[in-house]
Amino acid sequence: MSRLSQRPDDAVVGQALPHESAELHVTGRALYTDDLHPRTKDVLHAWPVQAPHAHALVTGLRVAPALAVPGVVRVLTAEDVPGTNDAGIKGDEPLFPSEVCFHGHAVCWVLGESAEAARRGALAVEVDYDVLPSTLTLTEAIAAESFQGAQPTVQRGDAQAALDGAAHVFHGETEMAGQEHFYLETHASLARVEDDGRVFVESSTQHPTETQEIVAHVLGLQSSEVTVQCLRMGGGFGGKEMQPHGFAAVAALGARLTGRPVRVRLNRTQDLTMSGKRHGFHATWRVGFDDDGRLLALEATLTSDGGWSLDLSEPVLARALCHVDNAYWVPDIRVTGRVARTHKTSQTAFRGFGGPQGMLVVEDILGRCAPLLGIEPHELRRRNFYADGQTTHYGQVITQADRLERAWEQVAVDAELDRRRAEVAEFNATHEHARRGLAVTPVKFGISFNLTAFNQAGALVHVYKDGSVLVNHGGTEMGQGLHTKMLQVAATTLGVPLRIVRLAPTRTDKVPNTSATAASSGADLNGGAVKDACEQILGRLAVVAGERLGVPAEDVSVVDGLVSATGTDETLTWADLVHTAYFARVQLSAAGYYRTEGLHWDSSVMQGSPFKYFAHGVAATEVEVDAFTGMHRTLRVDIVHDVGDSLSPLVDIGQIEGGFVQGAGWLTLEDLRWDTGDGEQRGRLATASASTYKLPSIADLPEVLNVALLARAHEEGAVYGSKAVGEPPLMLALSVREALRQACAAFGPPGTSVDLPSPATPEAVFWALQGARAGAEPDGEVAPGVGPTPPSPDPGAPVRRPESEAAVDDLAKP
Amino acid sequence: MTTTAPTEAAAASLTVNGTPVPLGDRATPHTTTLDWLRDQGLTGSKEGCAEGECGACAVLVARPAVDGTSTEWVALNSCLVPVAALDGQEVVTVEGLGEPGRLHPVQRELAERGGSQCGYCTPGFVCSMAAEYYRPGRVDAAHGANDGARDGSCGPNGFDLHAISGNLCRCTGYRPIRDAAWALGAPDESDPLAERRRTAPTPARRTHLRADGAELVRPADLSEALGLLLSRPEAVLLAGATDLGVDVNLKGARPPLLVAVDRLPELRGLDVDDDEIRIGAGLTLTEVERGLAGRVPLLAQLFPQFASPLIRNGATLGGNLGTASPIGDAAPVLLALDAALVLTSATGERVVPLADYFTGYRESVRRPGELIREVRIPLPLAATSNFHKVAKRRVDDISSVAVAVALDLVDGSVARARIGLGGVAPTPLRALRTEESLVGRPWTRATVDAAAAVLATEGTPLSDHRASARYRSAMLGQSLLRLYAVQSREREAQP
Repeated sequence: MSRLSQRPDDAVVGQALPHESAELHVTGRALYTDDLHPRTKDVLHAWPVQAPHAHALVTGLRVAPALAVPGVVRVLTAEDVPGTNDAGIKGDEPLFPSEVCFHGHAVCWVLGESAEAARRGALAVEVDYDVLPSTLTLTEAIAAESFQGAQPTVQRGDAQAALDGAAHVFHGETEMAGQEHFYLETHASLARVEDDGRVFVESSTQHPTETQEIVAHVLGLQSSEVTVQCLRMGGGFGGKEMQPHGFAAVAALGARLTGRPVRVRLNRTQDLTMSGKRHGFHATWRVGFDDDGRLLALEATLTSDGGWSLDLSEPVLARALCHVDNAYWVPDIRVTGRVARTHKTSQTAFRGFGGPQGMLVVEDILGRCAPLLGIEPHELRRRNFYADGQTTHYGQVITQADRLERAWEQVAVDAELDRRRAEVAEFNATHEHARRGLAVTPVKFGISFNLTAFNQAGALVHVYKDGSVLVNHGGTEMGQGLHTKMLQVAATTLGVPLRIVRLAPTRTDKVPNTSATAASSGADLNGGAVKDACEQILGRLAVVAGERLGVPAEDVSVVDGLVSATGTDETLTWADLVHTAYFARVQLSAAGYYRTEGLHWDSSVMQGSPFKYFAHGVAATEVEVDAFTGMHRTLRVDIVHDVGDSLSPLVDIGQIEGGFVQGAGWLTLEDLRWDTGDGEQRGRLATASASTYKLPSIADLPEVLNVALLARAHEEGAVYGSKAVGEPPLMLALSVREALRQACAAFGPPGTSVDLPSPATPEAVFWALQGARAGAEPDGEVAPGVGPTPPSPDPGAPVRRPESEAAVDDLAKP
Repeated sequence: MTTTAPTEAAAASLTVNGTPVPLGDRATPHTTTLDWLRDQGLTGSKEGCAEGECGACAVLVARPAVDGTSTEWVALNSCLVPVAALDGQEVVTVEGLGEPGRLHPVQRELAERGGSQCGYCTPGFVCSMAAEYYRPGRVDAAHGANDGARDGSCGPNGFDLHAISGNLCRCTGYRPIRDAAWALGAPDESDPLAERRRTAPTPARRTHLRADGAELVRPADLSEALGLLLSRPEAVLLAGATDLGVDVNLKGARPPLLVAVDRLPELRGLDVDDDEIRIGAGLTLTEVERGLAGRVPLLAQLFPQFASPLIRNGATLGGNLGTASPIGDAAPVLLALDAALVLTSATGERVVPLADYFTGYRESVRRPGELIREVRIPLPLAATSNFHKVAKRRVDDISSVAVAVALDLVDGSVARARIGLGGVAPTPLRALRTEESLVGRPWTRATVDAAAAVLATEGTPLSDHRASARYRSAMLGQSLLRLYAVQSREREAQP
């Protein structure tokens, strides 16, 4: 067992504790960035002037009318930027643009004594636009070859040759929509200027260091002159990894220019229309199977909708390409990716970071091909699992294949899948107006940033003279329970009770040069750093204790605040020890550091071992679809998920359940729509509010939801044997989509292959089941009781049945 | 209304968490209760959407119970209600329920069970859950009166999850929140909020706030309200503010004069006699639901599907019909019930059949100076009725299509049919051709199939972000087929 992963007896890690801020949450005392402004004097409020065009040149900008509005103090424009007019790290995101690249793009910002004054000022700003042609949909972008960034290929073997020799070959297209993060707390920043001109920015950001860097470069300052603090976030989900920077820069610029604190806080519509979302993807694919249903070859081209700027689109695409295998061994494979440039918000990180999109492609392929192969979908999936020693298409060796198999078996047993499959068949045979589907899908998700350099973290731990402990680390708290876990790690490492350990808000002047709290890596990286800092302090204290107790330092141990040693009955309290150490002039503070070992990645050839390990999970979902409407209920979900040895089980189960429901929202309900017509509103986000963009509500909670953590899951390579949990569970929701597909297919004859759009909204499901029913009637007549005209293809949701090439191939063979 | 002495702006105040707080000089007629509370430093209540969809801003307000003599704690979206409209009222925020180390039972259950992750939606959940916690009869309902209820949404403690259907959480997936809700016991006798329920409700009082070039008036009585409507054509009526608040928050509407009519006693009657049911237009939907207690099955079917409790606790029937929205779910139901509206003004009163009320997209025959005083539903009700709503989300969503059907069957034939539709035309409308195709025909599968085909061609549905025109038309036809299927199933289930 590695030193990093070894867990002492009676550790504080592993205890099921509520969120460290739970009492503050439930009493309304927990402070978020925008809760600070009522507590701050003389705050100015910022309001954006948003362009009403998807693509246009700004040919004139007159701010004088705004300045005449009572309460308006200043209008921030490009001319005010002392440093670099750019909100990103790629140089393609002008903060004050001269070319508008999406509907709602902020052209300038008005500062007012109140939000109302700033709003009125924004209405008064006069902007002239020269409207330009725009590219909105992936279809348009592909046709126009509107791409940005690299177009990488991951490959192994000769996919073309393997397809030529395969017994069964299918091809098709898969398209999936993006997703709005809809963190309940919209983007917010509050900036002020210190006496010496340094800037202090409170920001709701997952990436304080990068927010700091962007603020510095916009203001023309050095990083040392900018401090960013994140108290906590009201949700992030990746939406606050890169997107907060520009808003923080606007606040900081305003503060620099006026000398007053400046608040930027987007209302929901501003947030929806200005900030990036999960990438929608389009894929074309050809797949080959042998007669037993074993995958032989896959060729695919994935095109993501990147929006107007690159943002994180390239790494998102890389992760999609690296997850197109999900849990399946594909001997010969070639997947190519492209990022479309469209006139939409700059699509960005979102929980899973391309992984869900890549995995949806292969699950879509298996779900559509299983009936055509005559193999049960669960059997087809199981048959293609990786075995240890095989490598992924990017060259990483598989070492924990047994975990997925154990999770698969446990779900089959716990969820009584055999019995329930029979019950579903019985239900479907006896119900005219409803069908059920029961699907089981696996998740294998790589943990670590693909870019090796990001896999490092720092921490700063103080022990005060009274023995109390204050932990700083580079990770941010967005609800995922990172701080709870870090407190548990610190208490475990030091051997002290949890109640004497506190945690300070994340800020760049405590721990510098941090990575984003992203890629599910927060606990792995920062936990390593916190543990390192605590071990340094403990090492020094052990020397002091050894001297006091007359034993070698290595014989000293601290458990629950009691210092003892082998070879003596004498003990010390933690407070005594700390007190003694102070007077012995021993440093009671330490900076910890951690970097993930053993990673390598060559992005030029898309090969290497980019992931420390894989997180695994399996979900079985049963749904019931109503034939009249296409609406469904999720009857039961059973999940077994691999979190290693859990650092904090209540937190981990919360992540699994929350991720699953969020994934189900993406796949079945949440429906981003832009105006793609040619009218004046072209490019406008039609679902720019909570009343038009619907998240899962409590009524969408599965009626039965059983979650179990995989047993015997110690992870050698991570802190206290744990595994990352933030992102992987989201993809467990693919089981909902597959269950819906199977329920729709059950309206047709055996062997019906159903192509289900994503999201599978009630309307999409309705047309899918109608299609399946129509398939049951070769003469094309509508089944009795299914209503009016059978569907003609909706331009927005083209029918994409996989076309079998098997017949042709079979004919060609002797 | 029990009218107290006129209260001018300077004296306007709210009782917040038990302490009177003056409105202060920064509040305008358009200042929301949420912004005002946060300005007071009570930042527990959050803005998540500013349109009453997410519930992060929920607070508790003391309101008259159905009996009129005791008080109920009602959860409202504070982002929608102008703070001046709560002049003289009692509000409890998340901060008033408990504090760290002294948690309210709702807070304790949520905290211990992992019901909060990022915590941003949590204060709103706490308030919505507290309202249900204090709902009179909740615990009794658990013991038989309501046998587990509705669609499995009631816990063993009588807690109805519908109470939190207007609160969104993006982190937890809701399971621990459900567990927390269903673990709640009964309030202690000594609980001050439980105790407050037993005393008389706070009467509304006359309010007149003028600031920032606008006014908000809560008139003392109906005649003052009508006088204002007559003399001030710019006046905009304010009841629950569930529609108006959205316009103010997200569309920049700043009406110069708001006239609050929701507490006028003349608009709050609920009477049933042999010939008709008369529902005051100023009653909230929750009050109508409780007051009717299932007497109108079509309305009883509608209410749980109408937005969320946080909206229904504020929204009024008058407001829902007053906006003349084509997708308001009440209109199709009331069309099927053959309802009429009593429109009243300073110069007189008239009764307009609802079928004649809508004239265009958000337009009606209501004249300047008129308000909806009452909704009348003729009796007896049709024996067979059904409300069918299709939306993307199962609860708290706007209809893609809403269909209300009321049928009288005599000797197996359709004697009378009324079908109200929403979401398929610029106005709610009656499906007259479908009704015609049903009347006089036997209620059989063949008749229903034929009528469904007609129904699918009613209206002029559009394609938008909610649904395609094709789907909307399909759903119209499906609604009748579904009704017939459900009925057949019920018939078969009978011994």
